[in-house]
Amino acid sequence: MSATSVVELQDVLLVTIQGELTDEDAMALQEELTTNVARSSARGVLIDVSGLDLVDSFLARTLHDIAGASALLAAETVVVGMRPEVAITLVELGLTLPGLGTALTVADGLDRLNGSARRR
Amino acid sequence: MTSILTVQQVRINEEIDIVHVRQAVREVAVSIGFSLVEQTKLVTAASELARNTRVHGHGGEARIELEKADDGTTTLRLVFSDKGPGIADVDLALTDGYSSAGGLGLGLSGARRLADEFDLRTAPGEGTTVSVGFRARKPARR
Repeated sequence: MSATSVVELQDVLLVTIQGELTDEDAMALQEELTTNVARSSARGVLIDVSGLDLVDSFLARTLHDIAGASALLAAETVVVGMRPEVAITLVELGLTLPGLGTALTVADGLDRLNGSARRR
Repeated sequence: MTSILTVQQVRINEEIDIVHVRQAVREVAVSIGFSLVEQTKLVTAASELARNTRVHGHGGEARIELEKADDGTTTLRLVFSDKGPGIADVDLALTDGYSSAGGLGLGLSGARRLADEFDLRTAPGEGTTVSVGFRARKPARR
């Protein structure tokens, strides 16, 4: 029902989420991704959500938790490509996700990750 | 005369049923011409409430109703009912950030904010029925 792919792009994990995610899918993704960050020593995680027509509180929390766990493993998380209608709905729901890095496109997200690496 | 028509009913037992509810709600919202932003709010509210029905109500059902008023306005209403333990403190349950299940505590309060109408009927031991209504901005095209 959902198709999630994780691709290693140099030292960034590029994650694409598409379709309908169940809560179980979301939790499985979090576990897989966090394990992957540690194994690959990635310094960035880029999550492309442009294929999602819905982000509810469960998925939003999962994204937030992925970013938190990745930060503990020395990787920065950037969520890219959120659809405007999803952003409007999340804010009205009460979820502004402070602390979660965002960018509009994958290219901008990569720039952001590379930029922060240079500043280190 | 205001007429109310039940267009779909979805059982909520398994986790995948939450996805089924979202899909059914999306389908009906599209069919009566809700905008993309409104569809997204509807489906998100449905997702939050279906999860509550499953997790807190130990399962139940979602009913999708269309209400047509005399003045030509259409309201899409989602009614979630369960025969679970009910809610003892409704005010607390509607407080942002309050969660009895380790979630974000935004399901019920968030769905209420997303909707135009909100109704909650519950009592300890009597189950819970939550309904949210979304008014179509223009007369429905059918």
